Amino acid sequence: MTQAVNPEELAERFIGLEQHEATHDRLVWGMRQNRDKSVAGVPEWEHLRELASQIKEHTLTHLDHYLEQFEQNATKLGTHVHWALDAEEHNSIVYSILRDHGVKSLIKSKSMLQEECAMTPYLQRRGIDVTESDLGERIQQLSKEPPSHIVVPAIHKLRSDVAELFARNLGTDPGNSDPHYLTEAMRQNARPRFMSADAGMTGANFAVAETGGFVVCTNEGNADIGACVPPLHIASIGIEKLIPRARDLGVFIRMLSRSALGSPITQYTSHFHGPRSGGELHVILVDNIRSDRLGSADFWHALKCIRCGACMNTCPVYRRGGGLSYGATYSGPIGVILDPGFNLDKYRELPFHSSLCGSCSEVCPVKIDIADQIYKWRRVVAGNGMLRLTKQVGMSALGAALAHPTLYRGGEAVAQTALSHTPRFLLYNPFNPWGKHREMPTAPGHTFRTWYLKNRRTNELT
Amino acid sequence: MNSRERILASVRKNLPRPAVPLPALSEPNGKRVVSALGYKEHFTNLPEVQHSPEDTELLSSFQKQLEAMGGRWFTVADAASVRAKVSELFPDARVVCSAVPEVPGTRRVERISDPHELDDVDVGVVRSPLAVAEAGAVWLTQSELVVNALGVLAQHLIVLLDPSVVVATLHDAYEQIGLGASPYGLFMAGPSATGDIEGVIIHGAQGARSLTVLIVPPQANGEGVA
Repeated sequence: MTQAVNPEELAERFIGLEQHEATHDRLVWGMRQNRDKSVAGVPEWEHLRELASQIKEHTLTHLDHYLEQFEQNATKLGTHVHWALDAEEHNSIVYSILRDHGVKSLIKSKSMLQEECAMTPYLQRRGIDVTESDLGERIQQLSKEPPSHIVVPAIHKLRSDVAELFARNLGTDPGNSDPHYLTEAMRQNARPRFMSADAGMTGANFAVAETGGFVVCTNEGNADIGACVPPLHIASIGIEKLIPRARDLGVFIRMLSRSALGSPITQYTSHFHGPRSGGELHVILVDNIRSDRLGSADFWHALKCIRCGACMNTCPVYRRGGGLSYGATYSGPIGVILDPGFNLDKYRELPFHSSLCGSCSEVCPVKIDIADQIYKWRRVVAGNGMLRLTKQVGMSALGAALAHPTLYRGGEAVAQTALSHTPRFLLYNPFNPWGKHREMPTAPGHTFRTWYLKNRRTNELT
Repeated sequence: MNSRERILASVRKNLPRPAVPLPALSEPNGKRVVSALGYKEHFTNLPEVQHSPEDTELLSSFQKQLEAMGGRWFTVADAASVRAKVSELFPDARVVCSAVPEVPGTRRVERISDPHELDDVDVGVVRSPLAVAEAGAVWLTQSELVVNALGVLAQHLIVLLDPSVVVATLHDAYEQIGLGASPYGLFMAGPSATGDIEGVIIHGAQGARSLTVLIVPPQANGEGVA
C-alpha cells in the first residue's frame, strides 16, 4: 500500500503553532459569518440552491451532449479545443502549445485543476518560467507549498510569515509586515512579469455549452491581465464545469462569492468567447477520473461542486487543523470526498478527518450531500480492509454496544460516571489523536433517556 | 480512439440515471420565490444585511453596493462636467487613455494596437452599457474597451454610466447582455481587491487601484469631443 497521508499528525503540527491556529479559526469562521449575512439578503436563496443543484444534475446526466455542444460553439468562435484524458495528457498538451509558440515565460491565475495535474512543476522541468499571479497562490509558490484553501490559498499564514517570505524572495523590509505594504510589493513585482509573459493561463469557473465560452471569477483581476495582455491564452477546464445556458450563470454567479466570502459577486467576473482581437485562445477539456466518478451512484454528486469553499469555512476540523493537514490538492470536506477518488490508498485516512456534523452539506450552494459521502467513503475504506488497527478495535466495541440497547444503556450510565472520573490517560492517550489539544465537555447530571422518561407528554407511547 | 472519443465514450457509459430535467428559471423581474426558513430571520434583521433591490430603488441600490465593493460614484451633468471631474479626481495623471467621446484624454484607445502600450496608463475612461444593482457591478466588453487590457492595466478606472441602464439582479443582466457577442465581457464590481494576507481587504492587488463610476446619460451628437 502507498504511504497514507496522516491528517492528524499534519494537523498537530499546525495546532502546535498556537497563534496560527487561533488566527486561522477566526479568519475562516469570519468568512462563514459573512456568508450568512450575505445569504440573508437573498430571500430566494433556498430556491437558488435547488435550481443550482438541478441545473448541475441535469448537465451531468446529459454531459456528452453538452460537451459536444460546447466544443462546436467554441470552435465556431475560433477557440482551439483540446481533450485530455488525464493529468499527464493535460500537461503535455499545454507544453506542446507553449513549445509551438516559443513560449519561455508563462503567467497564470489560480486553477485547482492545474494544481490537480501538478502542471507547474511539469512545465518548470521543461524550462518554462511559471509565475502564479494570484497573491495567495504566489505566496504558496514561493513557500513551495500547495494551496491550503481553494479560495484563499495562504489563509493559514500570518502576516509575519509573509513578511519573512517576501524579504527573502523579493527583497522587502523583513520588519514590515503591513499587508498593504506586502501587497503593493507583490503588485510591483508582478507587473513586469505580466508585461513580459509570452502566454497567460487560467482555469474556468463555468463553461457555457450554448455559447461556447467560459467564465473566470477573481477578485484581483489577475486572470484578466494574463488573458488580455500576452498574445496567447490557454484555459484548463474540467469536464464537470459545463452548464447549459448563459442564463444559468445568473443562478451560479449570484451564489458563488456569497458562499465563498460573503460578497455579492467577485470583483471581476470575466467571460471569454473566442480569441480577443490579435490573440489566440486554447481550451483544454480535462477528464482525469471525472467520467469514472460519474458512474458511481454514491459519489457522482461531488461533480456538482463549484469550488466556493463554504464547506471548508464552516468545518470545525478544517478550521482548527488547517488546509495543509489534508496533504492533498483539495482540502476541507470537499477534499475528503474528492481526494480518495484519485488515490484511495494515499487518502484513506481523510474520511476520518471529520466530525460528521453535517454543516458542510447545509452551506453547500449546490446541495452536495457532503457529510453522507464522507460516511460512505468510510465504508469504502473499511470494505477494502484499510482501517487502522486502533479504529478497528474501537469500532467493533462500539458496534456491539449500538446493536444491543441494554448494553448501550448500561454503557451510558458507566460513561456518565466515567466522564467525570476517567483517569486522563484513558481519553488523552497516544491512540486517540482526537483527544489532544482539547478537553471533553462537562457531562450533564442525567442521560437523555432518563430526562425523556421523566418529561415526556403523558399521551405519548412508551 | 483518440482522447476526445474515449472521454465521450466513458461519459456515455457512466451517465447517471435517471436523467434530471433542466429546471425553468423564473422570468426576469417576475415574482421571486421566497424561502421560508425561520433560522435566517435572525440574520435578515441585522442592519448590515444588504437586501435585494426593489425596482424603484435600482440606482440607489447600485450605488450602495458599489460602495460596499470598494468603488465610488458621482453624479455629473454633462460632458464638460465629466472632463472637469476627471481632472479634479486625478490632477497628477500623466496618461489618461480614453475610450469615450466625452473625454479626449492624452491617448485614444482606438489608436492602440498592442495591449503592452497600456502599461503606463494612469487613468482609463470607458462607458458601461449595463449595471447590476444587487452586485454593484458594471458590464464592460471589447466593444466599449476596444483594447480589453485597458480595464485591468490602467492604475485607476473611470466608468461612465447612464442611470437608466441599471438592472436589479444578475438574472436580469444575463437576459440582456447577449453573451457571446463579444470575445470579452466583464462584470466589474469595485476595484481589484485581495484579502489573501490575514483577510485584510486591500484594493489594487493587480488590476485597477480604484473604480469611479460617473453617472451621466450619453451625450447627444456634438456635445462630446470626437
